[in-house]
Amino acid sequence: MSSLRWTFSDTLVLATRQLRRIPRQPDLLIGYTIQPVMFVLLFRYVFGGAIATPGFDNYADYLMPGIIVQSIAFGGFVTALAIADDMNKGLIDRFRSLPMSRIAVLSGRAFADIALNALQLVVLIGIGLVVGFGFDSDVPKVVLGILLLLGLGFAFSWVFALIGLSAGSAETSNAIGFTVIFPLTFASGAFVPPSTMPDGLRQFAEANPFTTLVDATRHLFLGAPANSDVWMSIVWIVGITAVAATLALRRYRSLAS
Amino acid sequence: MSTDAVIEAHGLRRSFGDVHALQGVDLVAPAGTVLGVLGPNGAGKTTAVRILTTLLPPDGGTARVAGLDVAKDAQALRSRIGLAGQYAAVDEYLTGRENLEMVGRLYHLSPKESKTRAVELLAEFDLTDAGGRVASTYSGGMRRRLDLAAALVVRPPVLFLDEPTTGLDPRSRNALWQTIEERVAEGTTVLLTTQYLEEADRLADRIAVIDHGKVIAEGTSDDLKAKVGGERLDLVLEDPSQAGTAIEALGPLADGEPAIDGTSLSTPLRADSGGVVAAVRRLDAAGVGVTDIAVRRPTLDDAFLTLTGRPTEEASTDPEETA
Repeated sequence: MSSLRWTFSDTLVLATRQLRRIPRQPDLLIGYTIQPVMFVLLFRYVFGGAIATPGFDNYADYLMPGIIVQSIAFGGFVTALAIADDMNKGLIDRFRSLPMSRIAVLSGRAFADIALNALQLVVLIGIGLVVGFGFDSDVPKVVLGILLLLGLGFAFSWVFALIGLSAGSAETSNAIGFTVIFPLTFASGAFVPPSTMPDGLRQFAEANPFTTLVDATRHLFLGAPANSDVWMSIVWIVGITAVAATLALRRYRSLAS
Repeated sequence: MSTDAVIEAHGLRRSFGDVHALQGVDLVAPAGTVLGVLGPNGAGKTTAVRILTTLLPPDGGTARVAGLDVAKDAQALRSRIGLAGQYAAVDEYLTGRENLEMVGRLYHLSPKESKTRAVELLAEFDLTDAGGRVASTYSGGMRRRLDLAAALVVRPPVLFLDEPTTGLDPRSRNALWQTIEERVAEGTTVLLTTQYLEEADRLADRIAVIDHGKVIAEGTSDDLKAKVGGERLDLVLEDPSQAGTAIEALGPLADGEPAIDGTSLSTPLRADSGGVVAAVRRLDAAGVGVTDIAVRRPTLDDAFLTLTGRPTEEASTDPEETA
């Protein structure tokens, strides 16, 4: 059988492993869905009244694409923790001693994450509808928006796989995630219009790929003006996936400890 | 170099920064035998296993396992070896059966073969009843059994066991030893690392004693015991301050350096020493009081002490596990 077919088969075996684990880790699942819901409530009702978002019917409409993008991107965080855990428990050693495809541990994880992200998306859109968010677009665009978000989640699974492999421990992964990636999602147009930010930060936020992705989602879900955001988002997703996957695979191959 | 060697390593070197984990290690195991690699924590045992199982490239030296080069033929070699490491590498959130089926699929057995092997192995390792439970509910001994079962999914001709019984209670340890012996009887070649002399003594056909990244002795268990010389005299002093006097009194009987640990004194005896009777007379004459005295055959612990100048319990740092 060709090596490509084995890569596919091994990826499927590892993805199945991850999917089986999900319902057996209820604490993880609750954290995964409750935290974004808390953010929605916090921003919608605590900060929302003070944030003006010209061009949008209400703050919920402005907020939801932002919080969805943040949650989906940051959702890959569980991958960093799980891979660090697999390393510490010797499972990565076992996998590396088997005649399996080198990329399957990572690709299996990334594909399984799509299921987790889809679940998260359902929860977030559900709570969004409750707090006043409403789609204002056609079905093909909404579907394209959902695919774009799942693609974003897939890309960040590789980013977090790389972080998990490099950090080597859940604690270090945690530190990297919350000091690098989490702030990046805030220094964007996800929660407030960048035009309200001071010079320097404003330019940063406007160039931030998270802003591009959030604007693309707003366009596809709400019909907000898009410019080139949808295409640029696809470019970012493909680019992040390619770079992170290459680095993560290289790191996995050369794990020395 | 023996022609039927299934495991053979020459001049293996590996450093982690300034830590020289292996400094030119040679290992040989003929087909169907057990090579015991004995040494304290940090001696380089795990590094050697990681190189031989393709997990880590050596900085220097060559190694062939089952006729395949560990560097050039790594991918082909991986389907011919089984590895059970120190950590009982099982997925805690999968059941015993799911763990074994997953490993079978990753060895590229068909789904049906993987299922069949999982059921067989669960039965063989006395895990049939626990096979449907997630591994996080298993005891330490059960996890080790599941880990070893995972290493045996494809009946590999070569098995690497890195401290397989560390942390196990005596009953589980005995059961694991029996399983390993059964595999060897079927023709499997095994490399086993251990800190336990008893384990090497019982399982290994040949033993390589490794310390600070070098093989400091190699041979059968009897060879190593012979290196320590003949019988040993063990005694317990009434007063530890008399240790010097006791050593002086026993000098003419001793065949090597005595070891003192608090009130315990142990010394190798010359073949014509006159044994415990002569020892008691000399100690009496020197006015040394003892609460216990006995002569015994040397153990591998003594061999290790003689070879390294340190007792086996003394653990140095463990670079390959923290690097």
